[in-house]
Amino acid sequence: MTTALSAKEIVSKLSAEFPDAVKEAGADSVLVKSASLPAVTEYLKTADGLKFDYINYITAIDYYDYFEVVYMMTSTEYNRSVTLKTRCETRNRPTVPSLAGIYQGADWQEREVYDLMGITFKGHPNMKRVFLWEGFDGHPLRKDWNK
Amino acid sequence: MEIDENKEYIYDSYQLDCDEGKIIEQMKASTKKSIPDPADWIDADLKRNIVLTSLDWVIDWARRSSLWTAICYPACCGMEWMATLAPRFDGSRFGMEIMRASPRQADLLITAGTLTWKMAPNVRRIYNQMAEPKWVIAMGACGISGGIFRSGYNVVPGYNKIIPVDVYVPGCPPRPEALLYGIQQLQKKIGRAKAVPDLSELPNPLNELPNPLKKDKKK
Repeated sequence: MTTALSAKEIVSKLSAEFPDAVKEAGADSVLVKSASLPAVTEYLKTADGLKFDYINYITAIDYYDYFEVVYMMTSTEYNRSVTLKTRCETRNRPTVPSLAGIYQGADWQEREVYDLMGITFKGHPNMKRVFLWEGFDGHPLRKDWNK
Repeated sequence: MEIDENKEYIYDSYQLDCDEGKIIEQMKASTKKSIPDPADWIDADLKRNIVLTSLDWVIDWARRSSLWTAICYPACCGMEWMATLAPRFDGSRFGMEIMRASPRQADLLITAGTLTWKMAPNVRRIYNQMAEPKWVIAMGACGISGGIFRSGYNVVPGYNKIIPVDVYVPGCPPRPEALLYGIQQLQKKIGRAKAVPDLSELPNPLNELPNPLKKDKKK
């Protein structure tokens, strides 16, 4: 069974490596600044003792004031998982750096988030809709999307 | 979705997405009202001006006893439909066991499941490809009205927005018994139809034939 790695262990390693990146550490998740997200993810994927080499899912939540993008990674070697979160404060063209260069599985997941939530992933090779058709009006999972 | 010979096709994936989007938006705009159910037989039955000949009866019997089904199962009602064909409920008791991968060989469309707008042009295409005479059973709440997904951003509120529906089978999903009952209702409906059209209403094919003598004179 996969057990959730306690955030304290990860935060102690992360804050040693990236002093400014970690904003908040919850019971089972780490909130990082969006600018340092690729570096943190690269570190989590490659560092000894972590090796989070599999991305389970990417999803996003609309909290009206900000969007939160949630990443869950699993280490198949150490049999552990971790949840990373990042925020973008603007409603108008929110942007988060893409992880498609680090995890190949992030490609379509990020397109799904873009399609339904309207968050652009900077550096994604093919940033377009994946479920809905081109010409669809708006992004339907936003709280203020209503017809 | 039909191929237009005069059009220059672009095989760029973004352009294809845009073209698809245009087709879907056109379809959405043109289906504000439901298509009325094909129910002429009710009027005919009420007026009693229709006389079923024995030839009608034989043709109707043949049609209703060997319904071949096109494959169109977008969601969970398809499981009940599979159970209907499986030995416990045994749809073949009613001449129903054949499913066709090609709609051109089918005469019944059982729409088992939620239909999204992105899938809608393809379902209409399947319906258009089926040979006449053809019938449609809307199976389940989603097939009838969109069900619990009716107010969703991507769900067609009922198949009768895009194709005419003969029989509605309610349920979420309907039990195989309910589907069998719906199929029997459809068979009753087919049994009342006038299979042989009135000869006086048809154009006389003899008048349409070219006259070889006249052509010879012209030459």
